[in-house]
Amino acid sequence: MKRGVPLIITFVVGTVLIFSVFIPPMENLGENFTLFFDIIAVFAFFLGGGNLLRVHLTKLTRRKRDWEYSIVTIVGFFFMLACGLFKIGNPGDISASLTAEGSWFQTIYDNVFVPLGSTMYALLAFFVASASYRAFRAKNREATILLIAAFIILLGRTPLGTFVTGWIPDSFSVLQIPNLAIWIMNSPNLAGQRAIMIGIGLGVVSMSLRLILGIERTYLGGEDK
Amino acid sequence: MVVPARAVPEPADSLKADSVEIIIAPPTSPVVSDFKYDDGNSLILTWVPSIDDLPVGGKVLSYHIFRSDNGGEAKKIAELIPGANYYKDEDLYSDTNYAYHVVALSSNSRAASFQTASIRPQREWVNLNLKYLFFIALIIAASVIYFIETAKRGKKLFVRKIAGLEAVDEAIGRATEMGRTILFIPGIHDMDDVQTLAAITILGRVSRVVADYDTKIRMPVARSLVMTAARETIKASYMSAGRPDAYNDDMVNYVTDEQFGYVAAVDGIMVREKPATIFLLGAFFAESLILAETGNSVGAIQIAGTARPAQLPFFIAACDFTLIGEELFAASAYLSGEPKQLGSLKGQDVGKGIAMLAILLGVLLSTIAAVGDTETITDILNFITRVFTVTN
Amino acid sequence: MMNAFTPPLALALVDIGRIISLTLIAAGLLWLFIRAIKLKEVERRVIFLFIFISVAAPILFPTVFKEKATPVVKAVFDKIESLPPGSKVLLSYDFDPAMAPEVQPMADAFSRHCLVKGHKIIYMCLFATGQGQFTRTMENVIRPEFPEKIDGVDYVNIGYKAGNEGVLNVIISDFKKMFPTDVNAVPYDSIEVFKGIRSCKDLDLIISIGGGRPGIKEWVLFVGDPGDVPIATGVAAVVAPQLYPYYPKQLLGLLGGVKGAAEYESELVAHYSRFKDSPTPALLMMGPQTLAHIVIMAFIIIGNVLFIQGRRKEGKR
Repeated sequence: MKRGVPLIITFVVGTVLIFSVFIPPMENLGENFTLFFDIIAVFAFFLGGGNLLRVHLTKLTRRKRDWEYSIVTIVGFFFMLACGLFKIGNPGDISASLTAEGSWFQTIYDNVFVPLGSTMYALLAFFVASASYRAFRAKNREATILLIAAFIILLGRTPLGTFVTGWIPDSFSVLQIPNLAIWIMNSPNLAGQRAIMIGIGLGVVSMSLRLILGIERTYLGGEDK
Repeated sequence: MVVPARAVPEPADSLKADSVEIIIAPPTSPVVSDFKYDDGNSLILTWVPSIDDLPVGGKVLSYHIFRSDNGGEAKKIAELIPGANYYKDEDLYSDTNYAYHVVALSSNSRAASFQTASIRPQREWVNLNLKYLFFIALIIAASVIYFIETAKRGKKLFVRKIAGLEAVDEAIGRATEMGRTILFIPGIHDMDDVQTLAAITILGRVSRVVADYDTKIRMPVARSLVMTAARETIKASYMSAGRPDAYNDDMVNYVTDEQFGYVAAVDGIMVREKPATIFLLGAFFAESLILAETGNSVGAIQIAGTARPAQLPFFIAACDFTLIGEELFAASAYLSGEPKQLGSLKGQDVGKGIAMLAILLGVLLSTIAAVGDTETITDILNFITRVFTVTN
Repeated sequence: MMNAFTPPLALALVDIGRIISLTLIAAGLLWLFIRAIKLKEVERRVIFLFIFISVAAPILFPTVFKEKATPVVKAVFDKIESLPPGSKVLLSYDFDPAMAPEVQPMADAFSRHCLVKGHKIIYMCLFATGQGQFTRTMENVIRPEFPEKIDGVDYVNIGYKAGNEGVLNVIISDFKKMFPTDVNAVPYDSIEVFKGIRSCKDLDLIISIGGGRPGIKEWVLFVGDPGDVPIATGVAAVVAPQLYPYYPKQLLGLLGGVKGAAEYESELVAHYSRFKDSPTPALLMMGPQTLAHIVIMAFIIIGNVLFIQGRRKEGKR
């Protein structure tokens, strides 16, 4: 019973949504179901927020390792929540825009949230370098092709590429490194990506059918017997 | 904020009072017809433009469309540019009769067409524009189901070895031997993404082994619903392993929905706890390399998988094993080893066959058409293009 | 920003800084190369240090390289260049602050180019945050460089409307239905820029700047193709490869990442001397990008030297 009901719901909703694509009077059904999901997900946020608080409050009260940082999390959580919900520090009244100029909410967003996010994103520059150093080694024929392609793209995305092969006459312009880089991205790279996309599309079909037909049940909790 | 001065010109559609009236011929043959394959809410109006509507030196400045509902007074519903010869009227009702007429306007005169017949938008129950899509979907779905049934009857099906999945047991074993944690990251999307579902199904298999070996598993997530689903999955695995007491809700915890906030938290866990094994399976974006490189720096064995082609190169560079696109979706079936699940993988091959055949045929015919320009070849090519084009 | 009035001492200091940092990087890489021959691995934090210096040095001591526009970028430039003055161009700001470093320079460059050619610009956005990004163009480009241009006559900002492709589906047949007024609540019919414009089909060019969703793909699918309107785009580098198939049929040209923006800026400076002293953020950003790419390539070479030496040593055993 515990598993039967979700399986029936999955089968009915899945089948109906597939057919709704081909039946004009049902064409908005998919959109509506997405909305239902969003509504459920919003309520589920209480579970997430509650869990976050529970984890950090436990850490704080039991003085577990690095408990000091939990204070930052809890204070940050409640402060931002208060600024957003009760418009604390907002020049307007309770009906004012959350992002009104000069509001604490917007100030914290601009001066704390955005720079912190950018900092994490900027780590990519460092990690791209260390990953390239390890990954691009001419271990075999395929790896060597990859290495050469990487070099052409890296050069092609800088003025150095123009500088090195700028002398090549325009009738052979495809051999200039920036154009070669575009060709690699446009032809071999794209062909590969498309093949992967076709595979993914079919993978999704097969996975969805397993779910709709109730063959795959792991997501409902545990394996089937 | 300072708003620069603004000139307020006269309304665009006012008629100028010139001394000589510019006479124009009216648009002719207005015809209204039902817009096919909709929910009975649109009509298509076509007409022949006025003979004074010329690309160069034409006297027609615009067309106004008028509509009469159930024989009532005609009201202007749209203005169109010169050269226009059709209009799609939307948001209509299938129980109302509509009639139209078109008016051509010069700078100081107007000429109206006759009124069309009065018709109702028709509701169609099947969208025949999508008939080819329906047949292709039917063939693929039927072949998946056929192979599932074949497998159920006990026929052995060959599925190639997937290195990343062969390594799952070894990776869990390694964490057990070292007495360290297994970190499972299910991507940053919610349960409505099929990649997250795939990750949760793999989690089911992984946590079953984890429960058997009594290894520690840690799963920080970015979505509340994923947290709930993951807890249920792990709990069920511990129950079926006969060790419900060893399960603990803290194995899965919610961090934040915010992409880089989540990355910061997961990176912190990696650096502090130094997990022996890391699974990165699901929908990943710019954070893929940040997570994978940090995992690599703490010496963890990493198995990654995603259906986001743009992130695959990063995983391949930084992880030990990568499940490429469809392999992520195949993983759960593969790990289960059940014939009926493996049968569904076999069904995909029929879809691939159709795709390959279509590509080959398309390339061949395009080349012949470009060289020889035969009408029959072009017709066949157009037909194939139509079959594989989704129009609404 | 350096210009003709920067004192000579400051210029000399910048030159010295540039030389010192480049020497430092070159010497360090050479040292690592020699160590690699002796089979000494490079530590991760050493790589990070080199990347830090190679990104920071060109920012502290601005280094501008010469750029030549590739055909995909040149196509967009030539299109705007060839339109007669008074043509109607729509710029859609489909991006948020996170994408801004890569695509804001493009948005600013397009605005400069259209305004100097005397085209009329309609600004809008499919991202709610695009509105804030337009404010930057207003404050950094339109007000200081084109004070004579009048809001409503030479350009208009109609702002953001929720609905993604739904918005496009409407404006392909009727602008006014979706945007009855501009952001300052001026009615559609009294805005000079919109004179003679009923829908997107009446525009001479549409440029979507961004790369996310909704973005250029939606513009092509819902407006460019059905309405037969010329469309160009400027997108983040990571998105560009997915858009090449649209070029040149459905997209007349595209700018990919900082490199594309830099090519456009250099083309603009080359054609219009009045922009000689205008900010060229993308050209400036190419300094760090170029140096970082060179350093990454150097590390790939070092990694391969290590690999080859290691294999040779194993072979000897």
